[in-house]
Amino acid sequence: MSPIISVSNLSKTYGSGFKALNNINLGINRGEIFALLGPNGAGKTTLISIICGIANPSQGSISIGGHDIIKDYRAARSMIGLVPQELHTDAFESVWATVSFSRGLFGKPKNPAHIEKVLKDLSLWDKKDNKIITLSGGMKRRVMIAKALSHEPQILFLDEPTAGVDVELRKGMWEVVRTLQASGVTIILTTHYIEEAEEMADRIGVINKGEIILIEDKATLMQKLGKKHLTLQLQHKLDAIPEALAAYKLELSGDGRVVTYDYDTKGDRTGITSLLNDLRNAGIRISDLDTTQSSLEDIFVSLVRAP
Amino acid sequence: MNYRAIRAIYLFEMARTWRTLLQSIVSPVVSTSLYFVVFGAAIGSRITEVEGVSYGTFIVPGLVMLSVLTQSIANASFGIYFPKFAGTIYEILSAPISYLEIVIGYVGAAATKSIILGLIILATAGLFVPLHINHPVWMLTFLVLTAVTFSLFGFIIGIWADGFEKLQMIPMLVVTPLTFLGGSFYSVNMLPSGWRTITLFNPVVYLISGFRWSFFEIADVSVAVSLGMTVGFLVVCMFIVAWIFRTGYRLKN
Repeated sequence: MSPIISVSNLSKTYGSGFKALNNINLGINRGEIFALLGPNGAGKTTLISIICGIANPSQGSISIGGHDIIKDYRAARSMIGLVPQELHTDAFESVWATVSFSRGLFGKPKNPAHIEKVLKDLSLWDKKDNKIITLSGGMKRRVMIAKALSHEPQILFLDEPTAGVDVELRKGMWEVVRTLQASGVTIILTTHYIEEAEEMADRIGVINKGEIILIEDKATLMQKLGKKHLTLQLQHKLDAIPEALAAYKLELSGDGRVVTYDYDTKGDRTGITSLLNDLRNAGIRISDLDTTQSSLEDIFVSLVRAP
Repeated sequence: MNYRAIRAIYLFEMARTWRTLLQSIVSPVVSTSLYFVVFGAAIGSRITEVEGVSYGTFIVPGLVMLSVLTQSIANASFGIYFPKFAGTIYEILSAPISYLEIVIGYVGAAATKSIILGLIILATAGLFVPLHINHPVWMLTFLVLTAVTFSLFGFIIGIWADGFEKLQMIPMLVVTPLTFLGGSFYSVNMLPSGWRTITLFNPVVYLISGFRWSFFEIADVSVAVSLGMTVGFLVVCMFIVAWIFRTGYRLKN
């Protein structure tokens, strides 16, 4: 299946000489939720802006559903709904008017039933006649999502959609995202709440300093880079790890009561059984044990920090 | 052509006019009425006639032009500057619409507003002085041409401006002086010959002269020259707007 968004050799250099994107290649599959992670200033918003037509690319090409974003911009842009990071809304328009305006802008005939559904899904229906200026930040954010959904896009870009949104609202928003995905909409989101990407995304791309440093299925990514840690609480204080156990590269905590062992879940042998045997042979008794898996956040930090 | 998008932008902009009716329509009408009182009544009582037309009547076309020029620029520059300032321009830029459609939407709305305003001022003037329009079709042609041209000019200023000061600067420092010195309140022929030559470098002279001709059949320069200069300025503005969109100047970089 050919990707719904295909980015080839994309570079962007700003007038100031700052290279925001460097030779980006990226394919987004139809119907997936793709999370783009990266630290501030990595180029996430620049990439989205170029795909959506807000900024000009310096080099490279992008096609949306097979339509080039420059030559065939009408067909390409018709497919996209964009929710930008900043809360850019009109102040004095009503919610209904601004959402209807967006639909008109995208050349779609009036469809009050659709607008009604979108507003209801986003819990904005009772605010439809309110001026936007009177809404809270979370509501404004939902108004922007409603605007993006007003013209029934096949692709939805959510740039940091849950920044500044409270926990409950955030959950509601992800509910909407899941429903959209179920209806066949492709979703690309950037977030710095890594647990969100971990929970929501099918695939994850990591961008840093204008370069895509990794694209992977979330599950594969977690497995590939996911180290597990075995933490052992000792019954008696230990001054040093015995020579016989050196091969396990154990770490002893400062108080001498906790030993940690790193192992790889993808390896054939984790070494846990032999470790436990050798510990018993060395006369070390264990009072408790615990295993943890590295989160996406740990993976992310280790990737971005890597030289 | 994405007609629905043009319609959406046009109606959005017009809705802004109705929402701000007081500052959009009422205030220009009040200030124009003040001109009538000051120039028409006070000064007019001493000048009485210019080229066979009573002074109060003579200044009507100039006053209408003065409002149409300044309002076209103000409406169009604000109309495109504000989305840039508020950030809502993202939606216009990401929508499946061509540059031409964006310009038709914004400039069309700005021009519509100033044409309505010009006609209201004309009607107001009719309350103060007797009016007779010899060539109504030409009058409307000049009105529409001027409104469209200066709305385009305002659109350019709105894109160029990166602060509210710049938005005000060109209208205040360039357009208002040119309009006042362009024969709104006097015939260029009343000036000493040296000044008259200098005045002919002022493009507004041609607009007002042509517009005044459609009323009284008196003109400072020939109508053909007036028309030519107006259309010429329109074409220049069109080229600049085309260049702006082709390069993404101040919009996409």
